[in-house]
Amino acid sequence: MNIVDAFEKAQMKQDLPEIRIGDRVRVATRIVEGARQRSQLFEGVVIARHRGNNRDSITVRKQSYAVGVERVFPLHAPSVEKIEVISRAKVRKAKLYYLRQRRGKAARLKELRG
Amino acid sequence: MIKGILGKKLGMSQIFNEAGDIIPVTIVEVGPCYVIQKKIKERDGYDALQIGFVSKKSTRVNKPLKAHQDRAGKGYFYHLREVDCDDVSLVDVGQEIKIADVFSKGETIKVTGISKGKGFAGVVRRHGFGGLPASHGSLILRETGSIGTATTPGRVIKNKKMAGQLGNKQVTIKGITIVDVQEDKHLVALRGAVPGPKGQIVMLKKQEV
Repeated sequence: MNIVDAFEKAQMKQDLPEIRIGDRVRVATRIVEGARQRSQLFEGVVIARHRGNNRDSITVRKQSYAVGVERVFPLHAPSVEKIEVISRAKVRKAKLYYLRQRRGKAARLKELRG
Repeated sequence: MIKGILGKKLGMSQIFNEAGDIIPVTIVEVGPCYVIQKKIKERDGYDALQIGFVSKKSTRVNKPLKAHQDRAGKGYFYHLREVDCDDVSLVDVGQEIKIADVFSKGETIKVTGISKGKGFAGVVRRHGFGGLPASHGSLILRETGSIGTATTPGRVIKNKKMAGQLGNKQVTIKGITIVDVQEDKHLVALRGAVPGPKGQIVMLKKQEV
C-alpha cells in the first residue's frame, strides 16, 4: 500500500496554502473555450474538506443572486490554478452543512482575526 | 520482441491527465523478471521464454525446480510463466526483463489474472437474471424459473446458466491502456480495473492487432 501512497503523493501540489473549514477563499480555475483559455474566479466559504492524497478536495459555498451555489474543487487538479485565503472564521464543526439551511444574517460566521 | 511480462497488482488510484480529467488507474508493480529458460522451435515446437517473478529463498525450493532455475543463475522465483517471443535468439537465459523492454506509455494491452472469488452465487448475482415476481402472491423471488422444455428434448441443454462458483477464475481483460510508466520504480499505471485482489499476480501481454 505504501507504494500506491507514494505514487499519489508524488502528484500532489506543493504550493497550496493552508485551507481550513470556514475560510473564505477565492479559487481560480482554468476554463478552455475552444482554443481560448481564461481564468474564472469563484469566491465563497469552505464548508467541507475531503482528504486523501491527490484526491483532496474542498466544497466552496456562496450566495449568488440569492441562490446558494456550491462547487467542489479537486485541489490537486491542474485546472485549479490558484487558491487564495481571504479570511478565516471561528468554526466548531468539520463540515458546515448547516449553512445550507440558513440565509442572510443567520449564515454569517464569526471572523477570526490575528 | 518479448510479448509479455509479469506484475503484481498494488491497488487503485487516480491521476490527472494533460486535459485535467481524472483517470482511474490500477497501479501494478511490473518485473523485473528474469529469463529462466528458452523454448526453441526445433526442440520444443514453439518459441517462447519462461520468466520468473518474485524471488524466493533457496530453502523453499524443491530439488527439481532448483536445478531448473540454477541454469539461469538468477536465484529462485515464486512465479514461473511462459511468454511469447518473436526472436528468442536475441534474448539470453538469465537476462533481466524490465517494463521498458516490453511496453511503452500509451500502448493498449491485455491483462490476465485470477478474479476475486465470490463463492457459490445464485443466478441473479452470477448471470444477472431478473428473478421472479415480487408480488401477486409469488413465493419464490431469486430462483431461475424454468430450465428448459418438457418431453422434447427431455433434457437440459448444455451450458445452461445456473447457480455456482462465481469469480476465482482466470480472466483476461483486453484494451487496457498504459497511462504511465515509471521505469525506476518498476511501476505502471493502467487505465481502469484489473482482475483480482491487491497482491494478485497478473500477466501483461501485447494485444495482437
